[in-house]
Formats: sequence, C-alpha cells, structure tokens
Amino acid sequence: MMRRTRTGLTVELIEEISHEKGEPKWMLERRLRSLRIFEKLPMPRFGPDLSEVDFADISYYLRTVEPVQNWDELPEEIRRTFEELGLPEAERKALAGLGAQVDSEVVYRSILQEVRAQGVIFEPMEEALRNHPELVRAHFMKVIPPEDNKFAALHGAVWSGGTFVWVPEGVEVEIPLQAYFRMQTQGVGQFEHTLIVAEPGSSVHYIEGCSAPRYTRVALHSGMVEIVAKEGAHVRFTTIQNWSRNVYNLNNKRAIAYAGAAVDWVSGSLGSKVTMLYPSTILAGKGAKTENLSFSFSRDGQWLDLGARALHFAPDTSSRLVSRSVVQGKAKSVFRGKLYVAPEARGAKGHVECSTLLLSPEAETETIPTLDVRNDEVEVGHEATVGRVSWEQLFYLMSRGLDEAEAMSLIVNGFVSPILREIPFEYAVELRRLLEMSFAEAIG
Amino acid sequence: MAILEVKDLVVSVEGKRILNGVSLSLEEGKVHALMGPNGSGKSTLAFAIAGHPGYVIESGRIFFVGEDITEVPPHERARKGLFLGFQYPPEVEGVRLREFLRLAAANCQEPFCEFQKLYREALEYLHMEDLGERELNVGFSGGEKKRSELLQMRVLRPKVALLDEPDSGVDVDALRLIASGIEEAARSGTAVLLITHYPRILEYLPPAKVFILDEGRVVKEDGPELAWEIERTGYEAVR
Repeated sequence: MMRRTRTGLTVELIEEISHEKGEPKWMLERRLRSLRIFEKLPMPRFGPDLSEVDFADISYYLRTVEPVQNWDELPEEIRRTFEELGLPEAERKALAGLGAQVDSEVVYRSILQEVRAQGVIFEPMEEALRNHPELVRAHFMKVIPPEDNKFAALHGAVWSGGTFVWVPEGVEVEIPLQAYFRMQTQGVGQFEHTLIVAEPGSSVHYIEGCSAPRYTRVALHSGMVEIVAKEGAHVRFTTIQNWSRNVYNLNNKRAIAYAGAAVDWVSGSLGSKVTMLYPSTILAGKGAKTENLSFSFSRDGQWLDLGARALHFAPDTSSRLVSRSVVQGKAKSVFRGKLYVAPEARGAKGHVECSTLLLSPEAETETIPTLDVRNDEVEVGHEATVGRVSWEQLFYLMSRGLDEAEAMSLIVNGFVSPILREIPFEYAVELRRLLEMSFAEAIG
Repeated sequence: MAILEVKDLVVSVEGKRILNGVSLSLEEGKVHALMGPNGSGKSTLAFAIAGHPGYVIESGRIFFVGEDITEVPPHERARKGLFLGFQYPPEVEGVRLREFLRLAAANCQEPFCEFQKLYREALEYLHMEDLGERELNVGFSGGEKKRSELLQMRVLRPKVALLDEPDSGVDVDALRLIASGIEEAARSGTAVLLITHYPRILEYLPPAKVFILDEGRVVKEDGPELAWEIERTGYEAVR
C-alpha cells in the first residue's frame, strides 16, 4: 500500500513523481527547472547548522505519510503527551501516523458543501491541478519563485500534497478552513504546497497544523505557502507546529497584498529539531496592511529560527511584527524581524516588537532586527526585550497556593498571551496544557 | 490557643544573618502588630514564615495549627491557610487578576461558585471593580496594589494572614478601608500579623498584642499601649 521512492534527487526521480501524478507538461518542466536551480544555489548562509541534512538520503515522494507499525516505535515522550492531553485513541493514532481513519468525513463534507456553495474552491493541490489547471498555473510559485532560496527550489522540484483555496470576489468565508482537520493524515506532507488566492473584497481564515505533537519519521519537512490577497481582500493564516524532535522544518511562506488588502500571519512553533520560518508579506498596493504574530517555545536541543518580514512597496502601507519567544533548557531561539520600505512607499508605517523570556541559564536567544528604510516620510519603530522569570514573581504566585509548575506556566502563558489571544480557542486550550506539562516535567 | 507559633527562628539571606532567634505566637481571630525600625527584620520574618526559598532557616521551628511546617514548600503552606500580603507585590504581565485568583482559590479548595461570590463582594467592598480584568499588579498605583493584596486575602480566607505594610503609601480613605477589611477578617477568625512602621493604622485597628522587633529579635511584647508608647518615644526607648 505504501510506496516509497528510492532516495536521492535526480531528473529521473522528478519525472517519475510527475508521471505518477499525471501532471501536465508545464508542471514537469517547472519541476525540472527548479531542480536545476536547486543544484546551483548555496545552502542558507545564516541561521542553524544544516550540515546534517543529507539531500541524497531523503525519500522525496511518499504517497502517504509513512506510518509507524505500532505504539512501541513512538518516542516515549510523545506517547506520554498523548496520554496526558487525553486525546481519543483514534486521534492519537492519526497524529502518530499509525494510519487510522478517523470519521471526521461527515463534518468535513458538510463544511465543504457550505463553502463550495459560495463558489469557493478548497481542494487538495493535486486535484486542483487537474480541475483548475489555468488558475493554478497563473499563481503557482509566482509569489515565491524557485530562485528565491535553495529550499524554495527543492520544494519546486519535489512538492507533493497540500491545498488550493480560491475565494471569489466579495465572498466572505465565515468558518476557518482547516487543513483537512487534524485527524486526517492526507493533508500532511513532507513538501506540501498551499496556495490561497483571495479575489478582490473577499476574506478567508486558513488554519494548518495542530498543537498536539505530530510524529513523523521523515527528517526534512519543507512546505510552502503562497497567498495572493487582491484589492481589499483579507487573508489570515494560522499555523501551529509541533513536529517531533527529529525533524528539520524549513518552510517558505509569503504573501502579496494588493491595494487595501490585509494579510495576517499567526504562527506558533513548538516542535521540530530545527525550524527556519520567516513568513513575509509584500505590500504591493496602496494602503495594504499586514500583521505578523509569532510565538515560540524552544526546549532542550532545539533551535527555532523564526522571523517576519514586511516589504513596503506602496504608499500608506502598514505592518506590525510581534513576537514572543520562550526558551527553556539548553535551546536557542532567534527572531529576525525585517522591515523594508521602498522609496515610493511614502506614508508607510511599520513596527517590530520582539520579547523573549528565558527560563534557564543555558537558554540562548538572539533578536535581529533589520530596518531598511529608503524614504523620509515614514513611521517605523523597533523594540526588543529579554527577560527572565524572577523568583519574586514565582514566589508571589506560590504564596497563593500555586505549585512551581503552575506558577511557571501562568507566567509563561501571560507572557505569550498577546499572541495566544489570536489563536482559535480549542488550540489555545491545548497549548496551555502542553506548557503546563512541560514545566511539570522540567521541575520534576 | 496559638494558631501560628514561631520558635527561636534564626534566618539568613545570602549568607547574612537577619533574624537571631525570633519567637512569637499568633492567636485565632486577633490582630497582632509587628513593629520595629528599618532593617530590624520584619519582612524577613514574614518571608521566612511563608517559605521563601531565599530566606534560609538556620535553626528554629514554625508550627501551624500544631503542625511543624518548617520544611513545607510555600504553596503547601498557602493551601493549609497561610497568607502573605506583600509590601511590594510584583507585576505579572498578561495574567488577569481574576484569572489568577480563581486558580489560587481552586488550589485552596474554594469551590468555584463560592469563589465567584466572594470575589464579587470583595471587588465591591474595596472599590476595585475596574481592576479585576487588569493584568496582575501591572501599572497598579501603590494604593491599588495594597487593595489588590487585601482583595486576595478576602477571597482566600486564610487562617493566618501576614500583612507586610498594608498601610504604606495609601491615602486616609484607603487606609480606613484597609483597616476595616483587616478587622473584618480577624472577626471571622483569621489571625493577623500586621507589619507596620507607623502606629497610624492601629488607631483604626486596635491590636490585641504588639511585638517590637529590633536587630533580629523580639525585644518587647505587650498590649496596644506599647504602640502609643513607641509613637511618643520612638524605638530608642525599647532598646
């Protein structure tokens, strides 16, 4: 049932993937072009050490996520977390990649029917490529071309899975669209591609990922998200990432916002061994806006290298980049906040705010703001703070009957609350529980 | 009967000895004043009784309702019914006062509906309706912080309340309110140890007993008249 192609990245492999999927010729050509670009581009010259990523030793095309065969193969830590979160058996299996089918089909179908009745396209990427080839062709990898960076090129060559969303002019999608709900494994891929096109005056909220840990055996995850928000459209993209600690999670996410459009990125990063993630918005039309809210929780052995970028290319555009990072144990957290304001972007406003809370003496953090402003009629600002939990705060809460783990968790929750408030309730509740568990473990 | 008993307590902070053998006992439903000059060790005594790990007990014991709690961690002391009202309560960003207090009340075995009732009454009593949804102590004025500490005491209904300068930096109206709040707690059975520099609050809140602390020792204990004597003559007289 499971097919796994041989490892190694070759022209034959790309042809095989494309053929297997029955893709149009132009897509194969784009894949091969991406492969050639990939071979020429250097590895990123900044951030975490990626020398362990061996491109010759990765399986690039898994028809489904390769499941583990039984519980015993799962890391102890993940099994315990599932138990403590009280997740239903079937859901645990799906998150573990045990291949269980969870019957969320019914709910899923009714939501699909509802949004499709509005004329919305919400389909797996492969299906969209068959059903709406011209629409996909017009937008696919136009916001992030393969030349952008090595991992964008890699993605362009081997992408598989993901979602296509197209919202017609003036349509407001009220229910957040989720990547096939968290129980379904089919939306989860190694190189999944998500493309959202919001026509003028439309609005949509898309959620991907989940806060419960998700186990995968693959060592590299390199997805891509492209968003096109046309005039006056509003797109919000929420990601919660909790990959198992063996994963290199190197993603590309970028949006283009035309006149009067708004794009919001909300990102929560908990898992993986190494993450590099810098959601960006190109503010291309007058009055376009973006908000980028990010929180991360790095623990022992992790390096979460995050950031946000706003590129102002038009007058009266505005951006707000906010991050809250928590670092526990021997971990590293980096936030790169970048504002670029072009000469023609008169009247632009931008604000970068990053705060870090260190929970242990070995915890490391770096905030790297870059403000590149090319005209005088702008308002830009930057703030960065690094703090530690003080004994005074901890003791204060403990003197009211909270144990150390509860007190720690309350302080951390309070610290990330400006971001947590923006996350849908059911995710936020689970996130809180995860934080508590983590502190209870650390304190022992 | 003594509900809290401190015996020969010797405490150091960062290797420096602050308390040199303090003994005192508190009785149910009574207000006890702890007075003394700056640096005499009043706050140290309160922190040590509440179990702050930075306040190292070299020798001596603390008994709470007959049980030796000298080694018990601070949150368990709180759950048994010990309360410390801070002189300088720290700010906790992003945590709402109400949310925090609800968690504290649950840990102290207060049923949820009882908490709701107590909390609303306490907010009203202390004229704090606008503070409940604010972040814990963040941007509170000095007086607001003092009222917030008292609010927490009213909701948690402790057996013993150690109140570290609940009167410093508040205006006369707030002072009356705080004094009557403390008096009410005592009337409902709480043993109060009121730490203060000034006898002013004691005019509204006559203590059953006054302890004078100096250089880490209780140098004198007596009835309320001791407080007035201090006001007249200063601490020199009792040294």
